[in-house]
Amino acid sequence: MGAYILKRLLSAIPVLFGITVIVFLIMAMIPGDPATAILGSYATPENVERLNRHLGLDRPLWQQYFIWIGNLLQGDFGRSFALNRPVLDEILDRFGATLILAGTAFVLCALLGILAGVVSAARQYGLADKAITFVVILGISIPSFFLGMMMILLFAVQLRWLPASGMYSIWGGGDLPDLLRHLVMPAFALSVVATGVIARLSRSAMLEVLRQDFIRTARAKGVHERRVIWGHALRMAMVSIIPVLGIQAGFVLSGAVYIEMVFQWPGVGRMLVDAILKRDILLVQGGVVFVAACYVGFNIIVDVAQAWLDPRIKT
Amino acid sequence: MGAFLKLLFRNRLAGFGAVVLGAIIVLALITPWLPLHPPNATVTANRFLLPGTPGHLLGTDHLGRDQLSRLLWGTRLSLAVGFAAAVIAGVVGAAIGIIAGYFGGRTDNVTMRGVDMLMAFPYILLALAIVAALGPGLMNALIAVAVVNIPFFARNIRGITVGIANKEFIDAARLSGMGHTRILLTEVLPNVIPVIVIAMSTTIGWMILETAGLSFLGLGSQPPQADLGSMLGEARSAMITAPHTSIVPGVMILLIVMSINLLGDGVRDALDPRLRSGALTRPLPATQVARKSVPEVPAKPGLLEIDALETQFHVGKRVYRAVGGVSLELKPGECLGLIGESGSGKSVTALSVMGLVASPPGVITGGAVRLEGRDLVGAKYERLRSLRGDKVAYIFQDPLSTLHPLYRVGDQLAEAILSHHGIGRAAAMERAVKLLEDVRIPNAKARARSFPHELSGGMRQRVAIAMALANEPDIIIADEPTTALDVTVQAQILALLDRLRRERDVAILFITHDFGVVGQLCDRVAVMYAGRIVEQGPTREVLEAPAHPYTKRLIACVPELGEGRRVLAAIPGLPPAVDALPEGCAFAPRCEKATDACRAGEIALESHGGRKLRCIHPEPAPVEESA
Amino acid sequence: MSIALKATDLSKTFEIGKRLIGPPRGLVRAVHPTTFEVQAGETLGIVGESGCGKSTLARMLVGLEPPTGGSIEIEGKALDNADPAAFGRLIQYVFQDPVSSLNPRKTIREILEIPLKLLHGMDRKARAARIAEIFEAVNLRPEFLTRYPHEFSGGQAQRIGIARALAANARILILDEPVSALDVSVQAQVLNLLADLKREFGLTYLFISHDLAVVESVSDRIAVLYFGAVVEQGPAEKVFAMPRHPYTKLLADSAPRVGQPLGGVQSGELPDPLNPPPGCAFAGRCPKATDLCRKERPELRVIEGDQLAACHHPL
Repeated sequence: MGAYILKRLLSAIPVLFGITVIVFLIMAMIPGDPATAILGSYATPENVERLNRHLGLDRPLWQQYFIWIGNLLQGDFGRSFALNRPVLDEILDRFGATLILAGTAFVLCALLGILAGVVSAARQYGLADKAITFVVILGISIPSFFLGMMMILLFAVQLRWLPASGMYSIWGGGDLPDLLRHLVMPAFALSVVATGVIARLSRSAMLEVLRQDFIRTARAKGVHERRVIWGHALRMAMVSIIPVLGIQAGFVLSGAVYIEMVFQWPGVGRMLVDAILKRDILLVQGGVVFVAACYVGFNIIVDVAQAWLDPRIKT
Repeated sequence: MGAFLKLLFRNRLAGFGAVVLGAIIVLALITPWLPLHPPNATVTANRFLLPGTPGHLLGTDHLGRDQLSRLLWGTRLSLAVGFAAAVIAGVVGAAIGIIAGYFGGRTDNVTMRGVDMLMAFPYILLALAIVAALGPGLMNALIAVAVVNIPFFARNIRGITVGIANKEFIDAARLSGMGHTRILLTEVLPNVIPVIVIAMSTTIGWMILETAGLSFLGLGSQPPQADLGSMLGEARSAMITAPHTSIVPGVMILLIVMSINLLGDGVRDALDPRLRSGALTRPLPATQVARKSVPEVPAKPGLLEIDALETQFHVGKRVYRAVGGVSLELKPGECLGLIGESGSGKSVTALSVMGLVASPPGVITGGAVRLEGRDLVGAKYERLRSLRGDKVAYIFQDPLSTLHPLYRVGDQLAEAILSHHGIGRAAAMERAVKLLEDVRIPNAKARARSFPHELSGGMRQRVAIAMALANEPDIIIADEPTTALDVTVQAQILALLDRLRRERDVAILFITHDFGVVGQLCDRVAVMYAGRIVEQGPTREVLEAPAHPYTKRLIACVPELGEGRRVLAAIPGLPPAVDALPEGCAFAPRCEKATDACRAGEIALESHGGRKLRCIHPEPAPVEESA
Repeated sequence: MSIALKATDLSKTFEIGKRLIGPPRGLVRAVHPTTFEVQAGETLGIVGESGCGKSTLARMLVGLEPPTGGSIEIEGKALDNADPAAFGRLIQYVFQDPVSSLNPRKTIREILEIPLKLLHGMDRKARAARIAEIFEAVNLRPEFLTRYPHEFSGGQAQRIGIARALAANARILILDEPVSALDVSVQAQVLNLLADLKREFGLTYLFISHDLAVVESVSDRIAVLYFGAVVEQGPAEKVFAMPRHPYTKLLADSAPRVGQPLGGVQSGELPDPLNPPPGCAFAGRCPKATDLCRKERPELRVIEGDQLAACHHPL
């Protein structure tokens, strides 16, 4: 197992390298003079000139890339001109909020999705199956930002049960219960689509597995049906569910951008959208690389979990 | 195509989706000719009019623009962008996937590494980066969404293509003189297109959501032009005071995406051939039973009596009569061979005993299976479960697919014991190792910790046999246990089974298609054809002097080692399909002795001493002697 | 008699665990250098258990798999480039799985037309005539031509596969387990058809199977493969009746036969292909094995008359 983890960690290096290349190339597509783009159209020619030299933008592309990556490796992501502070500091300040939101939503969608999928498959064509299928179709069809807005209207404006936005109350608060009250709506709104996708996939994976020969073997030796479903079948179905959990984690992270906008959640997603609208290129570049790297790390965990579950992978 | 549409609309939800989507598309198409207010005409005096206001059916927004007009124009835009993105992503992704999957090797490796790289981003980061580089705008949002989705298509289609490229018909095409381009276009592509269509129809809704999302963030369509996403985005600031401006476009997105998803599911189900036959249904814990009558219980019960058993498969309107009234008796300690070709119903008979026939579509429609006099057909699940593996154990054909691939073999053995005897894990494990030793697995203690894929085929089948022995059953039902094995391994396994049954006095019902195996292992044999037993008797007598023409000719057409080169006496024709059985003897159409009497009415299975026969023109001689 | 097919030192080594760059993780010798000839009009049977390399050998002979070493001569001409189209006119292949060897989306006529068009450049009329002729030869009704493969039973599909091989007008057919997917009653029909066709068209067969009795009933000569090498070769009537190699004897004893007690209790299995033994591959299972067997690989040599075996201590 240790060898596998090490192997998987090493294989992440070229992926991280590739990510930086892709981001760098996309950013190099920006038309016109990058320094003007960074400084805005009111910058003086001297300032543009100075920035170009400072960023090494007068050199060939590949040299620029290595200068950039060299800086990244030293923790220098550059400076956000709009916020006038180091990019990395801004990202680190906001990443925690995103992690709390997306992490909660991810746990929620994984648990609910698998549970709904297994129940649905076990009761195929029954009432529970039909109800779940209907809710799931609704769930994967509703835009999360619209759902979020409707939840605010209902629970915050009409019923006044929950706060409409932010992460903590402005007066008082700041403790865990306060955070949880703020977290309920955005986390739920964020998890809905992924829950639907995972539930659908779990259902079909379970149906696929339940037809396999080894399920018949388990029944033939007298294993109780409950154990056949939640043990034998689910364990095998997890082999195809886990990779999808990895992909859905990316979708949850992506959806967080919308939810952060709707609920004024102080996370990385909102930061990125603001930065794009303000053409704060270095902040976008740094934010994208940082979050993508974290996602690569998460996927290593997913792969290790998969290898732990399925002994056929390591050999 | 007609069949496809019929299948599609049989699914009511898909039909509903198609109707709703069709209506929306028609509205979007005729929007320019509808008598609407100009979508971008600002009338500040009319801000936030409520729906139902005369002249403004859906009210107005924060600039006094007509909501209905904006909604329809926005729908038009959103649909166009979503479809365009799906087509671009689908075509480019599929092309990459097909080429990588077909050529394999280095091409595949390099391409898929690139695709993996793109998939290493949470998709929105890539989309945001692209929009950041190209600048906000609807066209750029479309490009971003398409690019982000290409890897999903590429990976999906590659997987399918690899499966097709390894099929033998691709090799055959190469041997027929086809080049790579021709093979890709005429052999691979037609088989991949349904998958591409499925992938597109199930992701198009998602792409519409994504473009709407980018517009919602203000990165897609720019004012005054508006798609549904940017309408929602603009309405957000007035969400509390004028919720209708948010609800209108939001509900429209929901309607579009939901109808596309419903329709997409329908398309997938209609194109996926596995779903057509209803194969993707979950088998119930025990076979369904629908008997009209129950046979009488005889005075003196035997160990296992299968009495006039009928098992059918109900698929759609078709009824496959897999087992049509089979009666067998298994005495303690004997080995009974059940022989027949595929489709003869021998396996279904065996599985019916413990209610293991996959159901749906399997149904036991008649007869009884009595274990020590008590009927198992229609028994309560808990009673059936407590007998499975304890009194009656099974060994199946392919040990790789019948053992759970993710559990250690020792655990699987222990589970078989613990399901019936609460002796505790440690004791069960100890017994599992002992069982592995009994079936002559070397180094049993270490082997108990192996996973099935770490064992060879022969070793796996030994594990399966150990599992069947775990609770010292009275009966083992072995369903072609050596068919998947090599001949030298088969001999080992047969020898093992023979030794174990003599040592432990277990009765075996041995299902096979091989006369040689029956001849070496079984005391008695029953021959099945088209769901019924045609002949039954002591093995030696039946093999040496078969009385039924089918038995005789089946034995004659199997070459036997040591007879040298020869012309085989083939049986003409094919076995009948069990959903269209002929009247009378099912073998009559292939039998040279058949007369009109054979083709009319029921022919009974009659006893002749120790033998039974279902034929009115039996093969001459030995039958009379034994009678 | 002329030589129809000749293989000289033909061998195949697979690379296991290929990497993007650098050497593979392991090498598996699927076929050791093998030399044999097939006379025109002869049937050479090749028999062996799973993993003995018989399919790899067959695929090399028709150019579907490029050999690692050695050469192939067909009707006196050397064919060293692995282009299946060049092989196609001279040698054809009948596949084990009749259903998966037919493209599910083409009609039978479309399938049969390809070799006529591409290998022989026939026009439409000539093709129709030739197809009718071949269909007659394999006992299929002409109305089947417009149907799709899934409408046929295994036996019928295999006749279509044979028809396709005949359409290429090759005089040598490689039959790779042509009847093992069929039921016994249908198997005899196809075997008899093959015998008729051979007589009618003067064909040469290489008949590959794991079923000893089937091979014996159709072959003139038989070669026994074990672990990628020919261990015994001889006339069909002698190979199993009077085996020279202990492995052939084990095979013959293991085949279930009515009236013969259960045999082959001998245990043991194939060696690990990634880690092959230095000497005779069968030494580990052989009752007569000596130190010589475990050290030195025996070469195929004449034991007596027309019987060859690769054994230090032949029977």
